[in-house]
Amino acid sequence: MAVKDMTKLTLGPIAYHWSAEARRDFYARIADEAPVDEVYLGEVICSKRAPFHEADLPATIERLERAGKTVIVSTLAEVMLKRERKATGDLAAMDAPEIEVNNAAGLYARGRRAHRIGPFLNAYNEATIAWMAGQGATHVCLPAELPGPAIAVAAQAARDLRLGVEVQVFGRAPLAVSARCYHARAHGRTKDNCQFVCENDADGMPLRTTDDRPILRVNGIQTQSESYVDLLPETERLVADGVTHLRLMPQAVDMVAVARVFRATLDRTLSVAEADVRLAALCGDTGLSNGFYHGTAGYRRIAMASAG
Amino acid sequence: MSLAELICPAGTPAALRTAVDAGADAVYCGFQDATNARNFPGLNFTPEELAASVAYAHDKGTKVLLALNTYPPAGKVDLWRQAADTGARLGVDAFIVADMGVADYIARTHPGIRLHLSVQAAASSPEAIRYYCENFGVKRVVLPRILTIPEIRQIKREIPCEIETFIFGNHGLMVEGRCSLTNYLTGQSTNMDGVCSPASEVDYARHADGSMSSQLAGFTIDCFGAEEKAGYPTICKGRYTAPHRPDGYYAFEEPISLNLSRLLPELIEAGVHAFKIEGRQRSKSYVRGVVRAFRAAVDDIKAGREAKIADLIALTEGQKQTQGAFETKKWR
Repeated sequence: MAVKDMTKLTLGPIAYHWSAEARRDFYARIADEAPVDEVYLGEVICSKRAPFHEADLPATIERLERAGKTVIVSTLAEVMLKRERKATGDLAAMDAPEIEVNNAAGLYARGRRAHRIGPFLNAYNEATIAWMAGQGATHVCLPAELPGPAIAVAAQAARDLRLGVEVQVFGRAPLAVSARCYHARAHGRTKDNCQFVCENDADGMPLRTTDDRPILRVNGIQTQSESYVDLLPETERLVADGVTHLRLMPQAVDMVAVARVFRATLDRTLSVAEADVRLAALCGDTGLSNGFYHGTAGYRRIAMASAG
Repeated sequence: MSLAELICPAGTPAALRTAVDAGADAVYCGFQDATNARNFPGLNFTPEELAASVAYAHDKGTKVLLALNTYPPAGKVDLWRQAADTGARLGVDAFIVADMGVADYIARTHPGIRLHLSVQAAASSPEAIRYYCENFGVKRVVLPRILTIPEIRQIKREIPCEIETFIFGNHGLMVEGRCSLTNYLTGQSTNMDGVCSPASEVDYARHADGSMSSQLAGFTIDCFGAEEKAGYPTICKGRYTAPHRPDGYYAFEEPISLNLSRLLPELIEAGVHAFKIEGRQRSKSYVRGVVRAFRAAVDDIKAGREAKIADLIALTEGQKQTQGAFETKKWR
């Protein structure tokens, strides 16, 4: 079997406050149509949002598994309040499905039972990955800002330890989290009194510089990149370097079509050049970037060197 | 009552001596490379300077804490290991770490030296803190600047280690160790390179109407009227527009610094063991003034006297200051 056939396409957890109905429709379509192998569910950003959609979780898991997808539930990136500690502990106590841990509080609760390491846990290097593997990690998603050469070293280390290794190849990059809710702040509210104003921004709230240049996106307590990360041109390199899973982050675009473009690129039924044109068309006005991978400013788009 | 140790910034050997002489219980510093989170030009220590500085500090009964609090990118871990080995050889009293791989290395290789968990590790719950205590023998946690005093009091009851909090200086808005904003605009990473809004990428542009804009890597971060003093372009203190805020607003926080001097007695009572003053990039005279004022305040409180809080307030006179998350949940 060729290496490319073993590469898994994954769908990361929804970062935004999409309504329960929107989520149900989204995952029904993913289950029926999207060529992704694994799907991450769960609320990662704001514990206040979870009650809106957690009741649907069992049905969504069942729906996706019936369609042949592997389902993983992700835990919160920030754990501070009692309800966040409890939510993390409850997920860590589950036997199935798999869980992806995004905070050390989740590692503590999980103990040495098998788990995946999420992108918020700062697995930047081989020493940390080896430590995590010794504690029961079976899979690691690398931080979004890790440059290509470091990804290659980390992926090799992970493979030597028989861990899956994942890199985000599409969607806004997670840049920061805070205790403060910037969505609430923009509307003159506080986090405790937010009235869930973030639900109006399905793809994040755009921030522009005062001279009108797009710069960042606000998603509750999270700050994201304005551009969508696009590592389509780099997928072949990533796979050759030992990355086993490529993550697409859900954005407010046709994610089934996005997944098809990546799948076709992996299957080599579509050239990278053609695939990138299609992807850009699916993303409308949103800029695409791969700066982090190339060790430069994350927002930048670095053209691929010609064949070689 | 806690010991209320004062942990003071030492960006240079001269600043270290100044902090020691002004009454620091401990100073914290780093090497001249990516192994610490203040990897700024002109700052930090060569191994030789650190050796002399450890001797100076120990002679006066002051501890030296070595910050190794960045995250090594894969392939470069040896730089952090060598820095730990050098620090151990030179007799530092503790390492301040964030990365699990670095913590594991030090715990195994230098088990006799204390480990402090950096604010960069973002451990903000008892479970997260216990993870580091139980696995690496961490003796002290530097808490993220996102907790209220009642929350700190609660955490103290549930963890087996000392607590250190920031009390004064720059007020970071994002959870430390989880921020790639600088890398997104400049290509230099806070976590991997120890860089935040680097001076080499800063520009100030004067406009025809006399106004001024501050820029980072070509992005306008803030703008100022002709009479206003232009601030430093830190991304999380910048002014932006949003659909509901077309005129521009400080989307994350205003340019403001943290001053918890009024809360000092309460923090001591809550069980905070050590207080950290931010500012390794600051001048000797700044360090001298701030350390002396906090030394006097802490000594007064420990002796049961009223602290002269006014002296501490005066340190930031003319600047906006905040008690941040510590005073009330409304900050969030």
